[in-house]
Amino acid sequence: MSYSRLESWWRRVALGQQETEADGDAPVALAEPPDTAARGPAPVALAEPPPGNGGGAAAGHPGRDGAAALAEPPPGNGGGRPVEADVAAEAAAPVKLPVLKAADFASDQDVRWCPGCGDYAILAQMKKMLPSLGVPRENIVFISGIGCSSRFPYYMNTYGIHSIHGRAPAFATGLKAARPDLMVWVITGDGDGLSIGGNHLMHAIRRNLDVNIVLFNNRIYGLTKGQYSPTSPLGKKTKTSPMGAIDNPLHPLSIAIGCEATFVARSIDTHIKHLEKVLRRAAEHRGTAFVEVYQNCNVFNDNAWQYASDRRTKSEHTIELEHGAPLVFGHDRQKGIRLNGLEPEVVALGNGTTEAGLLVHDEKASEPSLAYLLSRLRHEDGFPEPIGVFRAIDAPRYEEELAAQVASARARSGGGDLNALFNSGETWTVS
Amino acid sequence: MTRESTAAVSTEAPPVSPGLPASTKETIRLDGATVRLAGDSGDGMQVVGGQFTNTSALHGNDVATFPDFPAEIRAPRGTLAGVSGYQVQFASRDIFTPGDTLQALVAMNPAALVTNVGDLEKGGILIVNDESFKAKDLKLARLETNPLEDGTVDDYRVIKVRLDTLNREAVREVEGLSSKLQDRCKNFFALGLIYWLFGRGIEPTLRFVREKFGNKPEVAAANEKALRAGWYYGETTEAFDHSYQVEPARLAPGTYRNVIGNQALAWGLVTAAKLSGKELYIGSYPITPASPVLEELSALKHFGVRTVQAEDEIAAICSAIGAAFGGAMAVTSSSGPGIALKGEAMGLGMILELPMLVINIQRGGPSTGLPTKTEQSDLLQAMFGRNGESPLPIIAARSPSDCFEVALEAWRIATRFMTPVILLSDGYIANGSEPWEIPNMDDLPRISVEHPAPQANGKPFLPYERNERLARPWALPGTPGMMHRVGGLEKEDVTGNVSYDPENHQHMTNVRAERVARIADDIPLQAVDGPPRGKLLVLSWGGTFGACTSAVEECRAGGLSVAHAHLRYLNPFPANLGEVLAAYDRILVPELNTGQLRMLVQSRFLRECVGLNKVKGKPFTVSDVVFKTRELVA
Repeated sequence: MSYSRLESWWRRVALGQQETEADGDAPVALAEPPDTAARGPAPVALAEPPPGNGGGAAAGHPGRDGAAALAEPPPGNGGGRPVEADVAAEAAAPVKLPVLKAADFASDQDVRWCPGCGDYAILAQMKKMLPSLGVPRENIVFISGIGCSSRFPYYMNTYGIHSIHGRAPAFATGLKAARPDLMVWVITGDGDGLSIGGNHLMHAIRRNLDVNIVLFNNRIYGLTKGQYSPTSPLGKKTKTSPMGAIDNPLHPLSIAIGCEATFVARSIDTHIKHLEKVLRRAAEHRGTAFVEVYQNCNVFNDNAWQYASDRRTKSEHTIELEHGAPLVFGHDRQKGIRLNGLEPEVVALGNGTTEAGLLVHDEKASEPSLAYLLSRLRHEDGFPEPIGVFRAIDAPRYEEELAAQVASARARSGGGDLNALFNSGETWTVS
Repeated sequence: MTRESTAAVSTEAPPVSPGLPASTKETIRLDGATVRLAGDSGDGMQVVGGQFTNTSALHGNDVATFPDFPAEIRAPRGTLAGVSGYQVQFASRDIFTPGDTLQALVAMNPAALVTNVGDLEKGGILIVNDESFKAKDLKLARLETNPLEDGTVDDYRVIKVRLDTLNREAVREVEGLSSKLQDRCKNFFALGLIYWLFGRGIEPTLRFVREKFGNKPEVAAANEKALRAGWYYGETTEAFDHSYQVEPARLAPGTYRNVIGNQALAWGLVTAAKLSGKELYIGSYPITPASPVLEELSALKHFGVRTVQAEDEIAAICSAIGAAFGGAMAVTSSSGPGIALKGEAMGLGMILELPMLVINIQRGGPSTGLPTKTEQSDLLQAMFGRNGESPLPIIAARSPSDCFEVALEAWRIATRFMTPVILLSDGYIANGSEPWEIPNMDDLPRISVEHPAPQANGKPFLPYERNERLARPWALPGTPGMMHRVGGLEKEDVTGNVSYDPENHQHMTNVRAERVARIADDIPLQAVDGPPRGKLLVLSWGGTFGACTSAVEECRAGGLSVAHAHLRYLNPFPANLGEVLAAYDRILVPELNTGQLRMLVQSRFLRECVGLNKVKGKPFTVSDVVFKTRELVA
């Protein structure tokens, strides 16, 4: 689906219209960010009334203002869905999109992660990727829980909530249900997302809200200074497991697939081009996009992902998924993965073994078993670990279903008359 | 039936429903009566209790109800634990409680009889299904002897009705009904009988039956037949030589309906949303006795209400905070155990300074406690149940219909002061019902909500810049130029940036407390009912309003000088509360806990108060409060 189609889809959803209605043709209008204006490459753009505010000064018209918050997203490109700038701009004769850069997405706050932390790379790729979506910064919200990764929203010049431990998906659920027009990102970690917040992660994914969840997996508790996490391997020695962890580790993508995730992907902090591509795919996905990023904690768990991130070994130890392509990997792409019954196995290509017998990746498969199988391929079991998009299918989104119920109830009952509600049923009059 | 001194014999025939003949028996006029229907939890006592209430309200009586049921959906049949009761007081005068003692009791089985008969006044009417007092029934209730024969019921006017047989005969002609379904009409037979006894029409219930069982015409027909048969039984049986009549109450002119507390609360929330130009978002998790709020709102989607049944209590409030950040009127509703789980998120809502409502329909605690019983023991939880210094405003409903007004007021405060507001109700008023004078939307005051307009002046937006009420701006995502981040870390005043500065933390702590304290300037002064100074002030809050009001009235009628102040605002207290308390020699604080308001009042005003405290899962009776009041002023 192209960006422009995504945009028109979003607009219909946000306006509570049926899919069959014509796309809105309102002009695209973006607020000109002051810093961009000062720098000057982008033409001046009009300030669009925000969706929460019937336009301009709010005082004195509470009824109008508030109702607008949910019922009337701004016309044109107010949305949280990506939009292709030039396509949208065609419809917007007098106004042009400002061209934002990565730097425009940086807040004025100093980044306080440890030097060398993998989080820097993820932040950089996010800021690099976002401008290309064409979504105005004011329509983007980053929500995080607690942990090193969860400081992320403070560093983005968007709206943001640094919430409480593990609950970011729940905040995102309420925000997206109330404001389907916003693009919502959840930033979490292996402890935040899988331990204290496991329940919320599970339910956000199964509801398939259109939010993007990025889980920074460093297999350790960093902010509390080095205790084992739900993804720490068995035997891992930490301050709280001096004799080695005895908790079986969780595999984030297997959990996501088990929760009927419609989009599941993995990337690596140091693999920056790949990471940017995966984040973009997540942004484009309609529904909950779950992305695991192998992230290095150089202070408390250095080199936990070295086999996958090291330039010299990564082609042997990872396998880049490509929709419709056979699973081939290795320095010279001479190895592949095939199924032996229900078991995957690594085979050497050549000597009569060809790509024809290999497993072919199908991210659109409605049946999630192969995606699950891929999520189970472990380095320690002698397999390359897949990176890229495991699964990307279309399914109804919670906030759309909810908005549709509201719209259908309104269509049926005529918009809600409180006097009629109060007087429904049996009443009597005293004169 | 001797309670009312004004009882008089009347020769007028009571009004009856179309299709029913006028009663040929004598009618005795009463100014009020209290009736309880008691049976197994599967006997449908709550349904017919609700019908009797509704019909009495439509008849023009003032009504007050007390449904009382076990936590188990279907406790073992016939056992003491499975008894479900519904009590209603109806009167031709203003009443505030469901009544202390019963003038009539319907007991469907031995367990219902022995657990309820103690509340029946001497000489009161006891209607029993005497076919349910067989050996096996007695055994289920673990009774050694038959209470109908062992002297238990000697003090009452016992009306033995062969309810099983009479009901089956009444519904026999309806085709397509199993004997099990036939027997399930018994409650309507009993209802018909007490309708006759108190001169009520059956029309409202016929309408209810036809609507409820519209797609099961045989069930509707059978219930209708049972209802009529019960009425005719009263007319023909020699056990009754007269019926009773309670005239309409002289309520203020207006149009009325009967409302249940949780229903009034849900409607109040939708109304507050409308009055503030907001759309309502509620994130909740099912819990007794709060679930009906979520259920009611789930059926009001045509008002733009978005309901999310969250995966747990924590997610429920967190989703509400997310919705509040997005600009919705955000609400989460629960009861004590759920509120305990929400504590951390309430602290976040407080430090984010976002408006929202946290509703606690209190129940018996601690822990899981008494889920279906009432208590007021979460006041200190509301005050202090969060880590750190995290004051929140608290407001409490006093009666079923008051839940509507309290919802509006709570949202007004939340938006005006940019803070979560805790709204306390309790199981007694949540499930109870009373007449409600229906308001007109045009007469209700608007709730003004402001959001900053987009800004393109290049200046950074300051999310914690405050107005004269110390409230910060509610800038919504989607507003250009206003991008900002909020979070649970301490933030610098004005900019909202993360700050570990010691002076700033002290300052922000003070500001957050002061902001809540200033609400006292925005709410009414505390009113007092009765002498403005004197020997005793009864100070009450929440669901004890009815019992305290009735008790003080009764004491004053008996010549005692007693005043009554009922608190709606628990935090902050009304600005004049200290002066009010100072005007009385003694202060009595009746509460369904071990002294929580008393502790707050004593520590705040350094005034010793006398407690009247009860935690039995039941509301105060009027006589509980009268007794203590007399003791203090006599």
